[in-house]
Amino acid sequence: MWWRSLLAGALALFLATLALAEIPLDQRRSGYDMMSASTKAMQDDDTSNPATLSVLDGEALWSRKAGSEGKACADCHGDAEQSMRGVAARYPAFSAARGRPINLEQRINLCRTEQQKAPPLAYESRDLLALTAFVGRQSRGMPIAVENSDQTRPFIEAGRKSYSARQGQLNLSCQNCHDDNWGQKLAGIAMPQGHPNGYPLYRLEWQSLGSLQRRLRNCLIGMRAEPYAYGADEYVDLELFLMWRARGMTMETPAVRP
Amino acid sequence: MSARALINVPKTAKRGEVIEIRTLISHIMETGFRHGTNGQSIPRDIITSLTVRYNGEEIFSTLLYPAIAANPFVTFSTVATESGTLTFTWEGDNGFSVTEEAKIVVA
Repeated sequence: MWWRSLLAGALALFLATLALAEIPLDQRRSGYDMMSASTKAMQDDDTSNPATLSVLDGEALWSRKAGSEGKACADCHGDAEQSMRGVAARYPAFSAARGRPINLEQRINLCRTEQQKAPPLAYESRDLLALTAFVGRQSRGMPIAVENSDQTRPFIEAGRKSYSARQGQLNLSCQNCHDDNWGQKLAGIAMPQGHPNGYPLYRLEWQSLGSLQRRLRNCLIGMRAEPYAYGADEYVDLELFLMWRARGMTMETPAVRP
Repeated sequence: MSARALINVPKTAKRGEVIEIRTLISHIMETGFRHGTNGQSIPRDIITSLTVRYNGEEIFSTLLYPAIAANPFVTFSTVATESGTLTFTWEGDNGFSVTEEAKIVVA
C-alpha cells in the first residue's frame, strides 16, 4: 500500500534525524583538525603561540602574594606542574561550598576570596585569563575527565537541555550547528563540533585570549539570543555538559583558533 | 604588567649556517581607527619598529603599521657568523621601548 511506504519513509527520516542528534564518540574531532596549516603551526610551537605570553604572566602571578593573608597560590599549591596537573581537565567540578559545579575561573576566585582574602578577579580580565591559562597548561595532552556522578548529573542534564533548546530570534539551538551540520560552511568558515578542549584560547578574531564563556556569548549573540552574565549558572551548566560531551578528548590549552 | 617578549634563536649553530629567528611580543596594536562605546576615537597605540643587532651590527629591521595584528610575530633568517649576542629592540607609540637579548654559540 502506498501509505505504508510513506509511513516507512517517514520513519526512516525520523530515525535519520535521531541518528544526527549526537556525534558518536569515535567521530568527534577537535576544532584543531579543521584549522589551516599555518594556524596549526601557531598552536604547536610555544614560541609562536601568542597565548604563551599569558601563560608566562600566569606563572608570575602564581607565586605573587595577594590579599590580606599575604599568600600566593604557590604557598598552598606549591609547584603547579605537579599540583595542577590534570586539574583543568576535571573542571567544571562540583563545589560542596556552592552546592553546584563551578568552573576553573570561579575556583580561582574562590581561592582568592576564601584563602588569600583578596578581591575576586573580574571575568575576562588579563590576570584571571593568565592564571586560568597557566593552570590549564598543566593539563595539556591529558584526556578530559569531568565527573559524571549523582551530584553532577542534574547539572549535566541542565546543560544538555540548554544545548538542545532553540532560542533567539533565529530560533536555533547549539545542536543545529554543532551536531547536525558540523563541517559545513557558515560564512565561509567550517563549523566545528564545538568541543571546549583548549580554553582559555587565543582566538585570532579576538586578537586576545578568551574564556569559553566569551565564546558561548559570541554564539548566543550570533543566534540573536540574550547572552547570560559572565559566571551565570546557565553558562557553567553548559560548560559542564560540553566538557562531558568532549570526555576523553585531548586538552590543547592554551589553543589557537581562527 | 609590562610587555613580554618571546625570542627563539638556536643556542648553537655552525659557522655560515642559515638560522631562523622568531620573535613574539605582547602588544595591543590599537589601530587608531576604532571608536569606543562613547563614540570617541581610541588613540593609536602600536609598535612602530623592530631592530635586531648581532654583536652590535644591525642585521634586520622592520617598520610596523596599524594593519598588523595584536602581539606581532616577526620571523626572519640570518647567517650565523660568530658567537655572541643578538639584541632585539621594539619601539612604538607612547614611548614604548623593549630590549631583549639572546645568546648564540657558533662553532
